[in-house]
Amino acid sequence: MSFIQYLINGISLGSVYALIALGYTMVYGIAKMLNFAHGDVIMVGAFTVYTLCSTLGLPPAVGILVAVVLCTCLGISIEKVAYKPLRKAASPLAVLITAIGVSYLLQNAVLLIFGADTKAFTSVVPIEPIKLADGQISISGETLVTVLVCLVIMVSLILFINKSKVGQAMLAVSEDKGAAQLMGINVNSTIAITFAIGSALAAVAGVLYCSAYPSLTPYTGSMPGIKAFVAAVFGGIGSIPGAFIGGILLGIIETFGKAYISSQLSDAIVFGVLIVVLLVKPSGLLGKNIQEKV
Amino acid sequence: MKNMKKVISLALTAVLAASMLTGCGGNKADSDTFRIGGIGPTTGGAAIYGTAVMNAAQLAVDEINAAGGVNGYQLALNFQDDEHDAEKSVNAYNTLRDWGAQIILGSVTSAPCIAVAEKTQADNVFQITPSGTAVDCVKYDNAFRVCFSDPTQGVISAQYIKENGLGTKVAVIYDSSDTYSTGIYESFAAEAATLGLEIVATEAFTADTNKDFSVQLQKAKDAGADLLFLPIYYSESALILSQAAQIEYAPVIFSVDGMDGILGVENFDASLAEGVIFLSPFTSTVNAKAEVFSAAYEEKYGEIPNQFAADAYDAVYIIKQALEQGNATPDMSESELCDLLKAAMVEIEFSGTTGNSITWGADGEPTKEPIVIKIVDGVYTIM
Repeated sequence: MSFIQYLINGISLGSVYALIALGYTMVYGIAKMLNFAHGDVIMVGAFTVYTLCSTLGLPPAVGILVAVVLCTCLGISIEKVAYKPLRKAASPLAVLITAIGVSYLLQNAVLLIFGADTKAFTSVVPIEPIKLADGQISISGETLVTVLVCLVIMVSLILFINKSKVGQAMLAVSEDKGAAQLMGINVNSTIAITFAIGSALAAVAGVLYCSAYPSLTPYTGSMPGIKAFVAAVFGGIGSIPGAFIGGILLGIIETFGKAYISSQLSDAIVFGVLIVVLLVKPSGLLGKNIQEKV
Repeated sequence: MKNMKKVISLALTAVLAASMLTGCGGNKADSDTFRIGGIGPTTGGAAIYGTAVMNAAQLAVDEINAAGGVNGYQLALNFQDDEHDAEKSVNAYNTLRDWGAQIILGSVTSAPCIAVAEKTQADNVFQITPSGTAVDCVKYDNAFRVCFSDPTQGVISAQYIKENGLGTKVAVIYDSSDTYSTGIYESFAAEAATLGLEIVATEAFTADTNKDFSVQLQKAKDAGADLLFLPIYYSESALILSQAAQIEYAPVIFSVDGMDGILGVENFDASLAEGVIFLSPFTSTVNAKAEVFSAAYEEKYGEIPNQFAADAYDAVYIIKQALEQGNATPDMSESELCDLLKAAMVEIEFSGTTGNSITWGADGEPTKEPIVIKIVDGVYTIM
């Protein structure tokens, strides 16, 4: 019975990683850059909802909407100010370093405004936990919503990229920026849209992450950001279903490692599995699937 | 462009020269003031601790000066930020020595404190840390502390649980990436073994996995633990309490001073912490001195002081008492003062906000009674 409970816990943790990984992989797939500030956009989204709902007492729906809009604007401005001028830089490392800089900038800005104290986040999910097998197994409302939201976002992203005109432009930009421009695609605005979508997803991820694990500090985003990056690489970076599968698997491996091997070693186990997978399949689980690659 | 470079280099040279001059000037301490150098994080993740120490130490210094000083001399406090970083803490120490600090109050957190202790030992400067709990903070004979050490907390916890029959089967969740938490856990486990207290589950997490405790809690529940020992900080404890409630697991929760502050977490549902028991060096109502201090602190800084503030406030008064015990004067060198204070520390008996009749051994450890707090109806209550 506890096996099933561990599995559910793993899916619960993994669905959060998956949700964050979707944003990571989307930006990487199209802009071909690792946006290390993604985790911190998540944190900004969570702080927005915290301020609006917990402090000012607005309904969660309003909070989430404002957080999505704010994070979208934030994502676009980060791209415009910090990444776009460096897109033609000789070394791709320049953008990577800037991304790390933006990450610290966001953390410290929030630290300055809200202080270092831990804040307890009020869950935005009003669903009661589902109890099975005489209460021995419980599935929290947050888990259900996160998995559901994750699936919806994954399917809509795939549809959007493969069916819509903008999505097709994204695919073209990801394959060859120069050729795409010659075909009349506005590369700059396409990449800006990518960041807008990625950051909107980050806002949603932030709200659900903090609902499931209700503690909020300016550093909240950094660790899940890294774990989600690992999940994205695990599933094959650039692949949208890969990010989902990678995230869920990472969560399950972490939980089972803690439960059946040792809670002291859980991270060593997770990263050990990652190394083995990458040795066997260097592009990640779904990495070769060019059709899905955005 | 070339001219510009010249101007800049000239300016830099001037700054460098000026800084050397001020460095020299600072060493000539006024002979009518004892100079105390404080070190702690006033920015960064541990800022709440360092700021509390800085504020409370300043409060104590102002009070002492207003009341006529120590042996007729005034105290001066210079507090430097170390951002909870060992290297920056040593830099802060060097800055303070340039200023002419004769006594070091700090560092506030353990790892920086250990780094500074290496320097004070080499320079023979007296050091007292309000809140550095790691064993190595006071490994040299010139260093003392106000708080309990990590192992002491572990031992006291095990004894208290056993004596009061709080639980028979104990589960522990600790942070294996943190020296504070690991130190308490190890001494707790050793003492529990001697006392015959059964530990049925030992689970860990790290700074990288400090959000999801569902597995650790499930394992503790499955092992039938009726008491959960949490030698960790309150931010993780808050998550553990809410996740335990989700799986309807309600053991007795016993914790250490890291739990202090849980009711201050913004937006935290206090009913989750109902019945939590923890060791604490301080609450604002524990004795008359604590009440006076709390009122003064709240009036000056607008918030209720935490244990770090109380430790720092006491540390300044301990320095005062030790200076008086040794009839110290500010014209003594740091080294003379250090030898004098070392001898005085083992002789004095101190009563302050964190306990009555506290004495010190030559090992730098205080001897005092722990205060046990239980959260009843959403407030800290002394047991």
